[in-house]
Amino acid sequence: MRFRKTLMILAAGVLLAGVLAGCGGKSKTGSKDGLQVIKIATQTPLSGGSATIGEAIKLGAQLGLDDQKEKFKEMGFELQLVPYDDQSDPKKGVANAQIIGADQAILAVVGHYNSGVAIPSSEVYEKYNLPMVSPANTATDVTDRGLKTVNRIVARDDSQGPAGAEYAVKTLGAKKIFIIQDKTAYGTGIADAFKKAAEEAGAEIVGYEGITLGEKDFNGVLNQVLSKKPDLVYFGGIYSEGGLLIKQGREKGINIPFMGGDGMDASTLVEIAGDTIKNTYITSAAGDSTKSEAGKEFMQRYKEINKKDPEAYSVYGYDSMGVVLQAIENAIKANNNKLPTREQVRDAIREIKDYKGVLTEVSFDDIGDNDYAKVFIYSFNEAKYPPQLEGEVEK
Amino acid sequence: MLNEIIQTIPQVLIDGLTLGTVYAVIALGYTMVYGILELINFAHGEIFMTGAFIGTTLLLLFTGIGWISALPAIVMLLTVLIITAVLTGLLGMGIERLAYRPLRHAPRLIPLITAIGISFVLQDIVRFIAELSKGSYIVTGPNLFTNQLLLKTSSISSIFNDASIKASFVIVLVTAVVMMIGLDIFVNRTKWGMAMRAVAQDRETASLMTVNVNKVIAITFFIGSALGGATGVLFAVQYGTIDPYIGFILGLKAFTAAVLGGIGNIRGAMLGGLLLGVLEMFASANLTLLTGGVFGAEYKDVFAFAILITVLLFKPEGLLGKPATEKV
Amino acid sequence: MKKIWKKYEHNKLAHGIFLLIYIGVTSLSLYLAQKSVTAFLLLLSSLLLLYYTKFTNLTKWLVAGIVLVFLLPFTASHGDAYQSYMEVSTLVGIYIAMALGLNIVVGMAGLLDLGFVAFFAVGAYTYSIFASSQASHFMPFGTFPLSGESFWIFIVIGCLVAALFGILLGIPVLRVKGDYLAIVTLGFGEIIRIIFNNLDRPVNITNGAMGIPSVTPPRLFGIDFLYPSQFYFIVLVILLITIFTVRRFEHSKIGRSWKAVRENEIAAQSMGIPLVRTKLLAFAIGASFSGMMGVVFAAKQAFVDPTSFTLLESFTILVMVVLGGMGSVPGVILGASVMTILNLQVLSELTNWLNQLSLSGIISIPYALSPAKMQRLIFGAILITFALYRPQGLIPAKNRRFDEKELQRLNRKAISENKKIEQKGV
Repeated sequence: MRFRKTLMILAAGVLLAGVLAGCGGKSKTGSKDGLQVIKIATQTPLSGGSATIGEAIKLGAQLGLDDQKEKFKEMGFELQLVPYDDQSDPKKGVANAQIIGADQAILAVVGHYNSGVAIPSSEVYEKYNLPMVSPANTATDVTDRGLKTVNRIVARDDSQGPAGAEYAVKTLGAKKIFIIQDKTAYGTGIADAFKKAAEEAGAEIVGYEGITLGEKDFNGVLNQVLSKKPDLVYFGGIYSEGGLLIKQGREKGINIPFMGGDGMDASTLVEIAGDTIKNTYITSAAGDSTKSEAGKEFMQRYKEINKKDPEAYSVYGYDSMGVVLQAIENAIKANNNKLPTREQVRDAIREIKDYKGVLTEVSFDDIGDNDYAKVFIYSFNEAKYPPQLEGEVEK
Repeated sequence: MLNEIIQTIPQVLIDGLTLGTVYAVIALGYTMVYGILELINFAHGEIFMTGAFIGTTLLLLFTGIGWISALPAIVMLLTVLIITAVLTGLLGMGIERLAYRPLRHAPRLIPLITAIGISFVLQDIVRFIAELSKGSYIVTGPNLFTNQLLLKTSSISSIFNDASIKASFVIVLVTAVVMMIGLDIFVNRTKWGMAMRAVAQDRETASLMTVNVNKVIAITFFIGSALGGATGVLFAVQYGTIDPYIGFILGLKAFTAAVLGGIGNIRGAMLGGLLLGVLEMFASANLTLLTGGVFGAEYKDVFAFAILITVLLFKPEGLLGKPATEKV
Repeated sequence: MKKIWKKYEHNKLAHGIFLLIYIGVTSLSLYLAQKSVTAFLLLLSSLLLLYYTKFTNLTKWLVAGIVLVFLLPFTASHGDAYQSYMEVSTLVGIYIAMALGLNIVVGMAGLLDLGFVAFFAVGAYTYSIFASSQASHFMPFGTFPLSGESFWIFIVIGCLVAALFGILLGIPVLRVKGDYLAIVTLGFGEIIRIIFNNLDRPVNITNGAMGIPSVTPPRLFGIDFLYPSQFYFIVLVILLITIFTVRRFEHSKIGRSWKAVRENEIAAQSMGIPLVRTKLLAFAIGASFSGMMGVVFAAKQAFVDPTSFTLLESFTILVMVVLGGMGSVPGVILGASVMTILNLQVLSELTNWLNQLSLSGIISIPYALSPAKMQRLIFGAILITFALYRPQGLIPAKNRRFDEKELQRLNRKAISENKKIEQKGV
């Protein structure tokens, strides 16, 4: 009974507050300085297993947005970043996508890290004509569905896998290859692409096994590696499992090269594996930011502002944001300096040609893949991040 | 095919035992609490995780101030083990006092819900602290006991391959065995142990016999959690890298182990843990071979659960459990 | 104050007026302030107020129907946030149906099931395999994807397949009790997920971890169902059927046998309740609701992969049941709504709000503490608080009370009628 009474009183009280808020709420649209607000959303995992990278993308995008704030202010617009956490969960991603799509002030999304989240979420963006630029999704299905809104600046699995396979077979001379994957959409995609290319290049696949995400003991699979005696182990998965796999493998005396995809491209990998990281190769869609002046400057500033080292994907978050803002700027100009619609922004993004980012150039083709996307091959010769650049492969 | 399996058996056995001891000691915590309160303490996995974090922090701290060179590593490890065990033991007692004791007469599912709640809270608190102090919640401890021993199993019989052992494995195994024996003696030989068994058998009658039930339950939680926390340290030493989410999966497996051995039975938990570890390792090393590539290592958990279900079907009280007679 | 309350409590008219004002004001404020999540939630909570009024059940159902079918979609439909509200409402509906299903197993029959999400997965995969080109990987005959019209049949198929899985799980489980049951069901849930995750080899049935993209949307009279606002009505209809069924079961013979089995198996058995059949029915019926909603979920997401069906999901559904009140249908509905809305809307909005505040420099919170990352903590804190201070749940289960006099009257009538018959017979 007390519960019911409190409920009634609560309801009445909230009602009053609601009425007041409802009256006051109307006047809040528009910004304090009379500027029109343009919001850009990011959607990445900010909690859970992939949070390191999700956060790095978000912080990179934040920096990209902050850099252009002044410029847009002069044009009469205020830029705001709205970060969303997709928790690497497709359900949460779709629900967030509905919220993002509903907010008309949001003109574009920079996001997702997991392809399994990006695919269903982008179905929602498409309905709202809300363009998305992905800094990290490499699965082929992301763009192969031919949605108008989906773009990515990174390379596809079926270019990353083959690039790795070619390097493994031709340069490292691997004849027998053991493939391990983590049974996620990302891991399966990249491992399958690698497997196909490696077989075509003439290598023999002596094993193809899966591990469980989140576990710490991979000795069972490594025992198989031990008994098959391959020349190279390829791991399709991300850094947290990859690092342990390398470490435990080395402890078992598996001293052959390990190779992995861009999911392993994180400073945490080195931290986990320590000295055992030597003789490890990764392919990555992310280039080496230390090579160019702009890249160095970016890293410096990122570190100053965020008080932590950038991850490989930070700069991709930055460049994705750059592409988005460039397109919005183009759309604004084409629209006589008025706020463009989502459709205009969507088309403007697809029309981007030869955008020069800090790291990569961007020109989208007709399904939203980046013409300039390159695959880079790195090697770890010591326990240091970032690794050494070994070569790059054009798309 | 059989040849290949037999060749790797020594190595599989060693790796399986490593994992199995971890399962076994965690399973002890589940089984002790269950034996006394008939409560699945789902937060136990998180206590293990907290222990791993406390231990790693202490190890990093000691390494930082140079103790590692001043003291033999084994002494340092022991210190860390003891401090962690006390801390996590107190944590376990606190959880019991806060979340389980008020609910002793509530419907049976309710404490399960608080347990899940506590798991989430602990996970997030640990993540928060790790992230604030380090920037990332994946923590890697200092490398200890990394020398490799080569076990010449091929000298026993030529059908075996040699097996390599990490020095830390020996330490993990020895510590765990000492803990298990200690617990067994405590429960079966001491007065407190007797009180514990009495409470497990019949709480009300025990309280009539001047057993302080609340105290006994608190002690049970202390010991179970202390063991869990200490195992966390051993885990961190053995595998090096920890994150706030390790407790969930490991806790689940350990609980499976406890049920496999017969929940409520301490020796059963040890047996169940070791068995589950070895079976799992065997499955992930050999499933592909056994099934001709149809099922791979990814099915190892299916294999483990299938064995559990089979055991429960034919011996529902677990391997060492006594069949419960129902009072009518 | 107390007096006013006392008066108010028994005054139907006052209830009605208050409720009408409440609904009116909230829907108006939702209509005017389109982005106000508060208004949306307040309008939804009018249903809770409705539940506590003293009207007859028919009136309650009518008012609830008007609010859910007309008022909510209409007032929300004028703004940008329309689809996002409908998405939330749709998911709430899906979770309510699942929680009601689990409520039968856990709340009524007292069988602790920790792998309940498996049935949801079974339903979702049943539809998505056949409504995408996936089926052509292993079915040489027939053309796939099936058309969107098949969706309506698949709701029934999904229901039946899930029920079948429920029985399959039930048969071995009958031998074990209590916490052993919990671990066996948990194992079963994990096995199903792992199998779905790996069934791309040797025969590609579920496309493994890659998931099944491009699931055909449902179609009715030539209209494709694409938006949450359309799914909302599908969910509403299924939910209505579910609630109606559960209500009927609860007070039927089988419902009473479930409760008897829950309280004491041996006593129930000796009263002539067939244990095996009763338990199996509980599993099958509970699973079938989940299976139906799985089909809807697959169609709504247009993409299904195993990450949607983790163990955490099973726990979440269990928490909904316990939070609402085990065995109590209105309670479980409330519990499921609260949990889903909290997770999807309140916490996200809270994060955004705090984010705005810290952007404008009013407060600064360390990044590690941002509420988006605190979801688990808040979740956990709610669980603990509720379990400690309201263990019977938000709306505790009530057994139907019988009017003693009415029963006696009926009894007397029956006796006298019997006598008459006997006399006539003589």
